[in-house]
Amino acid sequence: MAFVQFENVSLAYQPGGQTAIENVSFKVDENAFVAVVGPSGCGKSTLMKLVSGLKPASEGYVYVGNREVTGPLGIVGMAFQQANLLPWRTTLQNVMLPLEIVEPFRSQQKRQRCEHEAMARALLAKVGLAGCEDKFPWELSGGMQQRASICRALIHKPRLLMLDEPFGALDAFTREELWCLMRDLWQSEPFTAILVTHDLREAVFLADRVIVMSPKPGRIIDDRLVDLPRPRPLELCYSEAFAEHVHALRCQIGHARQS
Amino acid sequence: MPPSLIIRAAPVLLLLALLGVWHLACTALAIPDFLLPSPMAVWHAGVDAFDPIMMHAQQTLLTTLGGFALAVIVGLLLGIAVGISPLIYRACYPLMVGFNSIPKVAFVPVLVVWFGIGTIPAIITAFLISFFPIVVNVATGLSTLEPELEDVLRSLGASRFDILRKVAIPRALPYFFASLKVSITLAFVGSVIAETVASNLGIGYLMMSASSTMNMALVFAGLAVIGAMGVVMYAFFSQAEQHFTAWAHRGTHAP
Ligand SMILES: Nc1ncnc2c1ncn2[C@@H]1O[C@H](COP(=O)(O)OP(=O)(O)O)[C@@H](O)[C@H]1O
Ligand SMILES: [Mg+2]
Repeated sequence: MAFVQFENVSLAYQPGGQTAIENVSFKVDENAFVAVVGPSGCGKSTLMKLVSGLKPASEGYVYVGNREVTGPLGIVGMAFQQANLLPWRTTLQNVMLPLEIVEPFRSQQKRQRCEHEAMARALLAKVGLAGCEDKFPWELSGGMQQRASICRALIHKPRLLMLDEPFGALDAFTREELWCLMRDLWQSEPFTAILVTHDLREAVFLADRVIVMSPKPGRIIDDRLVDLPRPRPLELCYSEAFAEHVHALRCQIGHARQS
Repeated sequence: MPPSLIIRAAPVLLLLALLGVWHLACTALAIPDFLLPSPMAVWHAGVDAFDPIMMHAQQTLLTTLGGFALAVIVGLLLGIAVGISPLIYRACYPLMVGFNSIPKVAFVPVLVVWFGIGTIPAIITAFLISFFPIVVNVATGLSTLEPELEDVLRSLGASRFDILRKVAIPRALPYFFASLKVSITLAFVGSVIAETVASNLGIGYLMMSASSTMNMALVFAGLAVIGAMGVVMYAFFSQAEQHFTAWAHRGTHAP
């Protein structure tokens, strides 16, 4: 069985009301990198909430790791468009937050404080935030905050990373830097990643597969394999093959809009 | 004078200027002391009656702090309950708003019937008048948690109590401390009101008895003492706020 599996899933926020996503089925293999694209309001964030167990499906089944999702799992890490760091905690303390909640780290907290701190420092160094451990979030730039937020999503070594437009609020250069960061993090220590975005280039650059959703209610209208070789350098974005993928996806979304 | 020094000295300068205007008005218009005593007369009255004033001020301070302490305990508990439970919010809010609209001075006679004349009605009045801002602020601070932040924690499997402890309560602290500053000054209003109506101790009582003998200078001295105590307590809680929630006031001036 695939690591993440949706079977005919629908969700209505109000019982009996309009559905946010409708009859969605797809599979994600373990350690795959999948992007979900679609226009604003098509239910991408809703999809995230279903996978992470924050919302139960109105119809259909959601499975993660061979078990039906009935509630939050703790094996998931999440990052959003807003970094949402806690302003009263330093960067290091922010990154260590999940360790205070997720088992087995939670019960080791007292005894392994030093190990946990070392883990957090190592991860911060890996994303280029060495030296910022004791800074408060407001002392960091937007891109640095988002790096810290990604560290917070990864510190408890989740098997599934959910990214909901995490680079949406950043400038173009910072965004490309973070694409490369995400690529390297995933390549050095694979985990299953689901990236929600409305940036088609971002989706093609990072993902093995791109799922395209229709405007609301969200349905899957395309599931495209991105067979570009890895490791992918940033220059790849200017290649013919890359442009072809982006163009094809763009046409899909354009079609969905007109119909 | 450097600008920073001017800003720091500004409150004192303004106070002195107002006292100066007051003094000039009294002398220039020849206002009799039993209507509006001059600042000097107030000062002399205060110095002459220093010991009784201190005795009464101590009583007022203790009743105020007693009522205020009750308000903090009840305000926190009620605020947390209202802030985390939509049901309790729906049930309690209209009642509390209605209750808060009742002038507390109208309540003092009731308290006198229940508890007799003295310290207890003053403590309760101080409590009644000062707990509402704490409830509102704590509840607001708790209930305005960003949904994404809650999602991050919930997806990790955090319990409601975890979320409360790790995020909601620290985030609500600035709201809580802001309400303490408002609350402590209200508590003074409450205790002094009760003292003027139903006590034979406290600054409120002192002012009442002084005004019945037309000793306006002593009445004003009492007012000044209440004001001074209010400012000191406000400054104290303002400092506490700065200390405990510095992250919320980075680079800004304390309000
Ligand atoms: N908490 C909510 N309550 C009610 N409706 C919601 C809620 N969140 C999202 N929706 C609705 O569900 C649909 C999909 O929303 P969302 O998943 O946030 O879209 P996207 O992330 O793709 O922009 C939208 O029509 C939105 O109005
Ligand atoms: Mg969204």
